Amino acid sequence: MDDMNWSLRESHSFDRNTIAEIRRAAQTGLYRIRGFGAKRQVPTLDDLVFLGASMSRYPLEGYREKCDTSVTLGARYASKPIQLKIPITIAGMSFGSLSANAKEALGRGASELGTSTTTGDGGMTPEERGHSSQLVYQYLPSRYGMNPDDLRKADAIEIVVGQGAKPGGGGMLLGQKITERVAEMRTLPEGIDQRSACRHPDWTGPDDLAIKILELREITKWEKPIYIKCGAARPYYDTALAVKAGADVVVMDGMQGGTAATQDVFIEHVGLPTLAAIPLAVQALKDLDMHRKVQLIVGGGIRSGADVAKALALGADAVSIGTSALIALGDNDPAFEEDYKKLGTRAGFWEDYQDGSDPAGITTQNPELASRLDPVKAGRRLANYLRVLTLETQTLARANGKSHVHNMEPEDLAALSVEAAAMAGVPLAGTSWIPGQS
Amino acid sequence: MSGGQNIEVLDLSQSSLRDVNALLQGDAKPTGAFFKVINPRGAHALACGLDSEIEVEVEGHTGYYCAGMNKLARVVIKGNAGQGVAENMMSGEVRVTGDVSQSAGATAHGGLLVVEGNAAARCGISLKGGDIVVKGNVGHMSMFMAQAGTLVVLGDAGDALGDSLYEAQIYVRGSADNLGADCVEKEMREEHREKLQALLDKADCGEVAVSEFKRYGSARALYHFKPDNVDAY
Repeated sequence: MDDMNWSLRESHSFDRNTIAEIRRAAQTGLYRIRGFGAKRQVPTLDDLVFLGASMSRYPLEGYREKCDTSVTLGARYASKPIQLKIPITIAGMSFGSLSANAKEALGRGASELGTSTTTGDGGMTPEERGHSSQLVYQYLPSRYGMNPDDLRKADAIEIVVGQGAKPGGGGMLLGQKITERVAEMRTLPEGIDQRSACRHPDWTGPDDLAIKILELREITKWEKPIYIKCGAARPYYDTALAVKAGADVVVMDGMQGGTAATQDVFIEHVGLPTLAAIPLAVQALKDLDMHRKVQLIVGGGIRSGADVAKALALGADAVSIGTSALIALGDNDPAFEEDYKKLGTRAGFWEDYQDGSDPAGITTQNPELASRLDPVKAGRRLANYLRVLTLETQTLARANGKSHVHNMEPEDLAALSVEAAAMAGVPLAGTSWIPGQS
Repeated sequence: MSGGQNIEVLDLSQSSLRDVNALLQGDAKPTGAFFKVINPRGAHALACGLDSEIEVEVEGHTGYYCAGMNKLARVVIKGNAGQGVAENMMSGEVRVTGDVSQSAGATAHGGLLVVEGNAAARCGISLKGGDIVVKGNVGHMSMFMAQAGTLVVLGDAGDALGDSLYEAQIYVRGSADNLGADCVEKEMREEHREKLQALLDKADCGEVAVSEFKRYGSARALYHFKPDNVDAY
């Protein structure tokens, strides 16, 4: 950029990214498939601020007065609900998309902080079961590796209807990641481009789903909490229907949610931002008198304790993290800058999770690359990151005078833009105006 | 059913579904223990999650997911079965004397499902290794995305049979005029004739000639995503 001619003017409509994509499309005839999550700018939780305490509110003492972070998930019907020490869970990510070492590291880090991890498409591995004190078993349309023994080994079951990166889309795992072990777990030929279905094979719609949930509960003796995970498509109705179908927990995943491999056009152009999804899901629960009775977990672009606290203040019971957890493990680490350059990218820009060539050894099945990730050290980094998220969340809760993180509320928030005020349903900062409500 | 053994009768008009299932799912029972379930009245999720070598006979029609995720047990439904009968079966045998609704045997990893009547749409969808024998016809989109295992149809197959098939095998005695994407008729070799005969025998199909069947499988043209295949997607 140093030798840039200042008279050159880049088009907003046809900027360099757009030109590069048109050229790539013209050369290959294929849409772009990539990992990571939405990169476009959308209204986020950053567009909210906490008001804090002052004359009219009484703050709690930092480091001294207790601010509880515990969460119980699934008490609606399950005889053995999940008890989390922190309101932050690890989102579903498959062995196949991630290396076995990465799955182990996620389990180690989460377990150290007393929270749960989640399996993904492809079934449960002994590594993640062994290293996760609380493991949520995803029940997906593909049913790869699904079996009743693993179902019973799980601490909760998450029926996946969709995910934030691609509401309405199925999964894909490209051939370079379908190694012998991955292929065997998924009952597929080695090396093929594997497609995961976008609809479940044996139920259609919430009435069927209610019966499917009955079957899962009967098979697991009504012990396990049952989550329903949706991408943020129509959060009000999706949440209401999930409650109607019998969910113990609703997981709502905004469009910033990550993926291992999805069409770029899907990642960037389908689904609602997390900020917009939370209030709609909460409203559905309140209208059904189910808020706090059916728990709400929110995911999609959660990065900091501020994001966690704002999601909880808007009414979520917990959040889930995926992309930020991988970054904590070592994804996009500048230490691998030379390797990133060889792949035509840079640390901080790496998004080709589908490719299997991850220099950090996380989104790969290549044994040499996977061995770069020490699951013990990476697990420790994740634990540290979760500690920071928790401390930050508590700091903000205390600043608003709350002795439990669930006591934060929309009244503690103001919005910095008209868009955020309308989406979050909180007043525009400096006003009492909530667009659409007043 | 084996003779000369104690039969425990479970009456769904007197007991709850939970109590009946809990009894059937209970800790290891003597091999061959025999249960008869009466008055099922279309109950959903009946006899699901079984995991021991027991025999269960259901006297009447069942709802969704009967014998779902079955392992080791032999379940006979004397009537019709609703959606997803024997879904995700791991092993054992499920036999239905009447017709079955959609998604029969969906995603089954093992075991044998025998349907004496007809099967509706999506029979064997996403099959992962189980065997299904349907003595009547099967509906549209049967064996969609089936990965492994076998479907045998003594009657006709509906539209889009075997769409996006992987390594699963299909044998049809009647018509299969409309095959799904990447599903093709294949040569019937000796190994296939032997396998088919064994399945027909296991399903008690009587005097049905293997020579009357045609074999279908994947052309494997869609195993790698290519722009040239866009018309097929």
